Amino acid sequence: MLKMTHLSKAYRTEVVETYALRDFSIHVRPGEFVAVTGPSGSGKTTFLTIAGLLEEFTGGEYLLDGADVRGLNDKQRSRLRNEKIGFIFQAFNLIPDLNVFDNVDVPLRYRGFKGAERRRRIEKSLERVGLSARSRHYPAELSGGQQQRVAIARALAGDPRLLLADEPTGNLDTQMARGVMELLEELHRDGATIVMVTHDPELAIRAQREVHIVDGQVVDLVAPPRVGRPSSQAQV
Amino acid sequence: MFGYYLGLAVRSLRRNVVLTMLMIGAIGVGIGASMTTLTIFRAMSGDPLPDKSAQLFVPQIDNWGPKRHGAGTTGSGLKLQDQLTYIDAIRLMDAHAAKRQSAMYGSGLPLVPANPKLAPFTARIRAAYTDFFPMFEVPFLYGAPWSAADDTAHAAVVVLSRKLNDKLFAGANSVGQSVNLDGHVYRVVGVLQDWEPVPKFYDLTDEKFGKGADVYMPFTHAIEQQLRGSGSFNCKDPPESGFEGVLRSECIWIQFWVELPTPAAVADYRLFLRNYAAEQRRSGRFDWSAETALRDLPEWLRFSEVVSDEVRILVLVSFSFLFVCLLNAMGLMLAKIMARAREIGVRRALGANRSAIFMQCLIESSVIGLLGAALGLALTALGLLGLRALLSKSIVALTALNTLDVTLVLALGVASAVLAGLYPTWRAGQVQPAWQLKAQ
Repeated sequence: MLKMTHLSKAYRTEVVETYALRDFSIHVRPGEFVAVTGPSGSGKTTFLTIAGLLEEFTGGEYLLDGADVRGLNDKQRSRLRNEKIGFIFQAFNLIPDLNVFDNVDVPLRYRGFKGAERRRRIEKSLERVGLSARSRHYPAELSGGQQQRVAIARALAGDPRLLLADEPTGNLDTQMARGVMELLEELHRDGATIVMVTHDPELAIRAQREVHIVDGQVVDLVAPPRVGRPSSQAQV
Repeated sequence: MFGYYLGLAVRSLRRNVVLTMLMIGAIGVGIGASMTTLTIFRAMSGDPLPDKSAQLFVPQIDNWGPKRHGAGTTGSGLKLQDQLTYIDAIRLMDAHAAKRQSAMYGSGLPLVPANPKLAPFTARIRAAYTDFFPMFEVPFLYGAPWSAADDTAHAAVVVLSRKLNDKLFAGANSVGQSVNLDGHVYRVVGVLQDWEPVPKFYDLTDEKFGKGADVYMPFTHAIEQQLRGSGSFNCKDPPESGFEGVLRSECIWIQFWVELPTPAAVADYRLFLRNYAAEQRRSGRFDWSAETALRDLPEWLRFSEVVSDEVRILVLVSFSFLFVCLLNAMGLMLAKIMARAREIGVRRALGANRSAIFMQCLIESSVIGLLGAALGLALTALGLLGLRALLSKSIVALTALNTLDVTLVLALGVASAVLAGLYPTWRAGQVQPAWQLKAQ
């Protein structure tokens, strides 16, 4: 599903070159739930943005669902991102002017679905996250947990092959965080491939496997006790 | 996606009403100022007879010589005289060297309406030859021009303007009726449709944008009646006393137009004019080689300085003002769009490519432009109304907005806003979603 081999990402200025990722390799198979952990500044989010085709990488190889993404132009990357990837952000990143229905509608608009198909998918996604009754509410009228559920519904609406979650419970209190994690676990049980960046060991332990990053490199492969569906094979 | 982007644009504009109003205001005020001046400039510089202006010519003859060249004429002292003497006008008429030709001048006469409820008033008169009407394609509501025989016979016939016919005859067909001008009875042979060319090209010596005549009568009859001109009257030397003295003088007060439909006819007429001037020298009237000129209508408007330098400068200044307004709008738009960098980042993450973001912002700019143009249109109308109140009545004809003007305003508004929005929109397309999302 997601395979990065000897991938690097460098930020260059006139005087210095800083590597956010260096010789970074990871392989996430379909149906896996992988937690990517590491201290602040270790390169977790850079990995996620590269995985999500939001940022170019400097060297190495990245195959997304078998397709080499190097050299794709903006239009191709945007198309691939829209079709293959669902994002879940720490800050939810809902558009405040749009109600729940319209927020979930955003990626479907860019996919070019017709009205009836979009409606069907939106209703299905909202039902999945238990927010069908809130479709006309605006983000400001929802709790943090509900907003994150809307974000998850938005990520799910296009039936992506891969869900990328960046600290999905980072802005939530314990109870809400638990609810969101249970939802992610439920999605995983239903077959979703999830890569979750987190610095919270308690959340990481709920993934099938954990990839630890320090200074832009994978330093360890942890195989904690697993919850949810067992992984076929975990490898880095 | 157009409908979707349009909906997003409206939402975005409603999000920050004050900022939106400022942008619309900046564009609207700029457009209002520039379009007010441009409307007047266009009316001033427009071609009153676009289909025929290249065939209409004004002959000019230097009958004053080098010593008093141009003295007393309008504009700079070096310009060739802009009117003819009666002597030259009649000789050119008699030569019949053009397809159509008419000497003419403006005057005024007291008109006593048959209807006792109407008070007598001074009617604006234009004395001309019958060719005046077909040469200038003057449209008739009733009847027709008087005949060439009427010109020859100095007939007491008139053609009325539509307004005068409405006033005197309640708009009915008055052909065959009579009007009383200064105690003389004139038979109506025709009534014009509305005809007010802007500028009043056939006689620019008085009011360039003034109203046309109420009554048209044969030139020959007006001269017979010793009807003096009411427009520009300039002399090299004081004329002898009496109307006959004026007719014999070197004073210029007659406008003269000819219709020359082909380049060959134009060349022939130029030659004719030069020969005429040479003949005047041979006959002893001129002791100089008199300069002649033959200007077509557009050139005549330039020669007569219908559009003054002040007006051109005003247009330039007002468009500079529009530019400053657009810079302001651009700044505001940039602030507005960059404040939404996070949203743009999210949209990019959800699958929007740069073109999609560009289109979304472009449509938002266009909506602002349309609203700015609507405000600009209202301000233009207000500006023109203000000018009507402030300036002379002769300007009124210039202060009308036509469909083309409205289209121009709307196009200018949208183009301005899109122009002002181009840089912010480009910047929006350059938003790096990763940076925005990392910054959370």
